[in-house]
Amino acid sequence: MSGHEFQSFFPESGTVDMADTSTHITEATLVEMRVLADRYPQARSALLPMLHLVQSVDGRVSPRGIEACAEVLGITAAQVSGVATFYTMYKRRPAGEHHIGVCTTALCAVMGGDALLEHVSDSLGVHPGETTADGKFSLEAVECNAACDFAPVMMVNWEFMDNMDPDKADLLLDDLAHDREVHSTRGATITSWKEAERVLAGFPDGRADEGPAAAGASLAGLAIARERGWRAPEAPVRLKEEQ
Amino acid sequence: MTDTLTPVLSANWADERAWKIANYEHRGGYTALRTALAMTPDQIIGEVKDAGLRGRGGAGFPTGMKWSFVPQDNPNPKYLVVNADESEPGTCKDIPLMMASPHTLVEGVIISSYAIRAHHAFIYVRGEVLHVIRRLQQAVREAYSAGYLGKNILGTGYDLEIVVHAGAGAYICGEETALLDSLEGRRGQPRLRPPFPAVAGLYACPTVINNVESIASVPGIVGKGAGWFASMGTEKSKGHGIFSLSGHVARPGQYEAPMGITLRELIDLGGGMRNGHALKFFTPGGSSTQILTGDHLDMPLDFDSVMAAGSLLGTRALQIFDETTSVVRTTLRWIEFYKHESCGKCTPCREGNWWLVQMLKKFEAGQAEDGDIEKMLDVADNIGGKSFCALADGAVACVTSAVHQFRSEFEAGYRTPAWELFPYERSALFPVKTAGGHA
Repeated sequence: MSGHEFQSFFPESGTVDMADTSTHITEATLVEMRVLADRYPQARSALLPMLHLVQSVDGRVSPRGIEACAEVLGITAAQVSGVATFYTMYKRRPAGEHHIGVCTTALCAVMGGDALLEHVSDSLGVHPGETTADGKFSLEAVECNAACDFAPVMMVNWEFMDNMDPDKADLLLDDLAHDREVHSTRGATITSWKEAERVLAGFPDGRADEGPAAAGASLAGLAIARERGWRAPEAPVRLKEEQ
Repeated sequence: MTDTLTPVLSANWADERAWKIANYEHRGGYTALRTALAMTPDQIIGEVKDAGLRGRGGAGFPTGMKWSFVPQDNPNPKYLVVNADESEPGTCKDIPLMMASPHTLVEGVIISSYAIRAHHAFIYVRGEVLHVIRRLQQAVREAYSAGYLGKNILGTGYDLEIVVHAGAGAYICGEETALLDSLEGRRGQPRLRPPFPAVAGLYACPTVINNVESIASVPGIVGKGAGWFASMGTEKSKGHGIFSLSGHVARPGQYEAPMGITLRELIDLGGGMRNGHALKFFTPGGSSTQILTGDHLDMPLDFDSVMAAGSLLGTRALQIFDETTSVVRTTLRWIEFYKHESCGKCTPCREGNWWLVQMLKKFEAGQAEDGDIEKMLDVADNIGGKSFCALADGAVACVTSAVHQFRSEFEAGYRTPAWELFPYERSALFPVKTAGGHA
């Protein structure tokens, strides 16, 4: 097969960095992992939440984190890292305090997402996939985040930042850089990527009641329906009487 | 005559703290659960069948029929899994629903689980939506406290546990068998069928997997009757559905309407196209559905009419692009998505999408060569129908429909870069400073 050089079609895939063995995982982490495992009919179902928990402690998927998951579930470290390297939310290098996502899937890209990513990348001085030298920000070009009616969309620690443009992005990054309080456009107060990962693991942070029920584009149809008196048909009278 | 918009699932989204159980109950929430628990499971399945509810996750399979496929003589536990992995480009209906009114989903999960005789249900929600996950976690806790979940629900002897499970960033997990593998703690890769999940799903046990909006529609059907639900929509696509309008329209957003509303009506409600621009193309139901043009403005948006027009209703994710948009660029960006999200299990999809990206980049740069359109269609032909799951077919639909509708734009890619034909800054919603504008 001369003339054909093998090229990996998944250059973004890679292995966990086994050279960096630093960890903050303690016995308490293992206890929490067992709590997660107990929530499922079969313990291995807890592996994804457990890896989120590892990230909330170590700021990445660490070698010790992988071993801990394997110990608790009674599977091999290879099985755990096979899973950890499949999903894009698991980071194999230390992520920043804040994870900045810019959506560049087709619709957001066309509506300004490409330009926005370039702008944010220039502002932070890092390419997508990298973390700033001070450890403050990680930047990622994210895929469609199910907020297309709010395009172009950015995410901070997986909270929505809707209807973005370069000026709003500058303000956002400046506020985060100076540790000012920042709110998602329809979510909670921004905490940190690690704290977000702990919630994703299944340990609530008590912020569910922050923010609105819905905002902006989510309410577009409802607002028109109310204005024009449109509604779904009434339930049949017969059924009402039965109840 | 049914009104143009019929907010049912979205009716309480503007309520103060709509996500709290007390506010949901104040609007009549959880009364359908009481009605359901006084019925037999088979009566509920019958009601959902009579309503004509078809799956709201894209495929449109009749929900009641899916439930009736669960073999009740199978001694293994039965499971209900809610597919809340909403990730199809353009699709953005389930996320606002779960954010604003998570109890609509939770009530639907309890009724649906009772109907299929499940005692364990899972809500598999994509991980990248932190606040939605918070609201779901809290709603489930509230439902336990109220006695709607756990042991002996409302004194009926029925037991149910619900787990809110966050994914970790993989579009493929929206495919139901990949979702099951993921929920079992593995890489999310699709399974070969048969066996179908109804027979051997989660932990090889009988499992029903339904979309969020399908399950959220169940309390209304049980509470107000199959006839009420079926009084909305068209003959073969009954009921209400959330239509998500995004892109170059004045007022993008969520519009809940009877099935069969037209795009002309929706764009009109959305304030028309953005100022001074005209519709060029749109997706009826996400990027995996063939693009259509202004010729289809008056097509009823129901399962059969859209299929007759050569596309699919999918998730009713109407992504609208105006005349400034390059079809070549947009197609490239969609295929980059499929390449990134291909799980790698099937060679045609894994390699094929990689090749499509390489070819589309040449078209975008005006460096494609004579015959490349045919070559690209040939590559697409070697992907479609040759992989385990529909991800590959979605990617193919994207490419073939773009070439079918706008062949001359791809031919122009033999000579001229897309960013010269369609300066990218003109499609953006804000002034783009960099000249040329292509990243």
